[in-house]
Amino acid sequence: MEKTTYNFKEVMSKPERLAPGHRMCAGCGGTITVRTVLRALEEGDKAVIGNATGCLEVSSFMYPYTAYEDSYIHNAFENAGATLSGVETAYHVLKKKGKIKDNFKFITFGGDGGTYDIGFQSLSGAMERGHDMVYVCYDNGAYMNTGTQRSSATPQYADTTTTPAGKVSAGKVQIRKDLAAIMAEHHIPYVGQSTFTSNFKDLYTKSQKAIYMPGAAFLNVMSPCPRGWGYESSEIMRICQLAVDTCYWPMFEVIEGRWLLNYEPKNKLPIEEFLRPQRRFKHLFQKENEDLIGKFQEEIDKRWEELRNKCN
Amino acid sequence: MAIRERLSGNEAVAYAIKQVNPDVMPAFPITPSTEIPQYVANYIANNEIDTEFIHVESEHSAMSATIGASAAGARAITATSSCGMALMWEELYVAASNRLPIVLALVNRALSGPININADHSDSMGARDSGWIQIYAESNQEVYDNFIQAFPIAEDKRVHLPVMVCQDGFITSHGVENILLADDAEVQKFVGEYTPEHYLLNASEKMAVGPYAVSNYYMETKRAQRQAMINARAVILEVAARFEQMTGRKYGFFEEYRMEDAEYAVVIIGSAAGTCKAAVDEIRSTGKKVGLIKIRVFRPFPEEEIAKALSKVKAIAIMDRSEMFAATSGPLGAEVRAALYQAKNCVEVVNYFYGLGGRDITISDFKTVYSNLETIADTHTITDMYEYIGLRKEQTEEV
Repeated sequence: MEKTTYNFKEVMSKPERLAPGHRMCAGCGGTITVRTVLRALEEGDKAVIGNATGCLEVSSFMYPYTAYEDSYIHNAFENAGATLSGVETAYHVLKKKGKIKDNFKFITFGGDGGTYDIGFQSLSGAMERGHDMVYVCYDNGAYMNTGTQRSSATPQYADTTTTPAGKVSAGKVQIRKDLAAIMAEHHIPYVGQSTFTSNFKDLYTKSQKAIYMPGAAFLNVMSPCPRGWGYESSEIMRICQLAVDTCYWPMFEVIEGRWLLNYEPKNKLPIEEFLRPQRRFKHLFQKENEDLIGKFQEEIDKRWEELRNKCN
Repeated sequence: MAIRERLSGNEAVAYAIKQVNPDVMPAFPITPSTEIPQYVANYIANNEIDTEFIHVESEHSAMSATIGASAAGARAITATSSCGMALMWEELYVAASNRLPIVLALVNRALSGPININADHSDSMGARDSGWIQIYAESNQEVYDNFIQAFPIAEDKRVHLPVMVCQDGFITSHGVENILLADDAEVQKFVGEYTPEHYLLNASEKMAVGPYAVSNYYMETKRAQRQAMINARAVILEVAARFEQMTGRKYGFFEEYRMEDAEYAVVIIGSAAGTCKAAVDEIRSTGKKVGLIKIRVFRPFPEEEIAKALSKVKAIAIMDRSEMFAATSGPLGAEVRAALYQAKNCVEVVNYFYGLGGRDITISDFKTVYSNLETIADTHTITDMYEYIGLRKEQTEEV
């Protein structure tokens, strides 16, 4: 379980379970998520890693090379939840029959396409059945593998290739789905929402809890995509900090139904601070769209209040 | 010692599952296969088997979880019908290409639309190119026997392919017949302990399943699957020979019924073969030489053997219980005619469609088919190459 003290240097010097040499983009948030989550496995613990089709899968297991130090299974786009359900159930029955001796943990990764949208049913089924597994969504807010098409995780007004900003369009019309809350409503033992903070303590400790608390767990990790969002790769940590300081991406967890706010900015920054460095929101700073930033702010404020109320 | 029982086809499959005692069964209910998971759930509820059931939320997840369990090293099965298998379609290909020895109990039912719950072969024929071995049954006895044989076929190291054990919805799945059951110990010995070579939960060997394979590698995986299907031919016959030793019941790629001197032959799949056999017997009693070939193994397709079995007849009726909307033949028609062509046999062939969505076919219908074959052989004229049998009179191609 969670260590009482978090030692960044110690954590970062644990052996990597995602080997270098994979083909993900430089600065990819998804890869950082995978490395951080897998680092939370205790050394010596075995794991089977699942993966929905997406950037991560096609870039980390291109035949005949795999980047995973653990056993790994990719099946298809929409069924990472169901696939790992099968693996986890096989583990229990083979263990019961004495055919396997070692302890295994089960962690699956999916992008927001494979998790919020096409794999939503499979995820919901797996969580409802209570398999002892962790589903990690690396949420980069669009279908990045196919070239930045909108998803239900895409923020309102984002310019994507299927919601392009244009003469009569200000980007995506709809507001984003709150998947972590929906997962919490499954009344599973653990739900966490996180992203990359300065020392990675939040994501690391949430990963530990998700992996080692018995039962189904869900982690939603904002994992910025430099190509899809349009910011300099080196700026990823600043983008994440702005996301939490504007309350665009609150960090919270739901443990056995109890909501906990893990970070409250001392000074809640206006949403412009998060939007401005990103190409996907560039059109919001044109004169004819200036009221839209206000609307974006209203939605942020509303959700933040709702979350604070739940966390009381 | 064999046990005499009276069981429906679904009960027979469930009983075989109990005897095999597989590790994992994810399944989602769909008529007419629903009873199979229900029976299994009852066995589990009463501690009669060790199988873990996964209450998946769809058939897509049923096959996905079966794939996960099988890749993990478990003996994994599922059951479905019709639209359920259509929802699994993508996953059928994944199961086969990952070379997972999954056994699927398929209770054949027409695909929508219009929605229909009765038997035809549109579900399994739609999946005929997915890389699964397909074995069909005429009777409940055959369903039971095929289901048990499926495990050693699928798990043979020369094969490593999933097997679909097909039976006709309601006709055999719900029809109760006399059946001979092998005893538990015999069945367990026959299927043996499942000991996969490579699996995810092998602590001494890590494994990665389901790669992205670019053009440099994809084609070799398909050729390897093809080789497995070629190898399956011998394995299917070896397993059948072992099964005969255990039960005395003989199986091959197909059954030849009164074909020894037949001049007119019907080629058919599934339960309607029983009706056709009754017609054959009646016609034979009038001195006419008619016979029947009932396909048991459709994948791999026994091309040479079929052509040989049909080498001496004057006319053939190929009976399809599903459409493929080529506006020409049905799937069985196309395969059998290709086999005849390869054997340079230009015998008269006609292709009939029957029994779609559970439409009955009768002894009288088969008598008409044989009578038509006689006319075709005499006149070398076929008035309708792709006729629907038993169509309502007001429904013609003009409307």
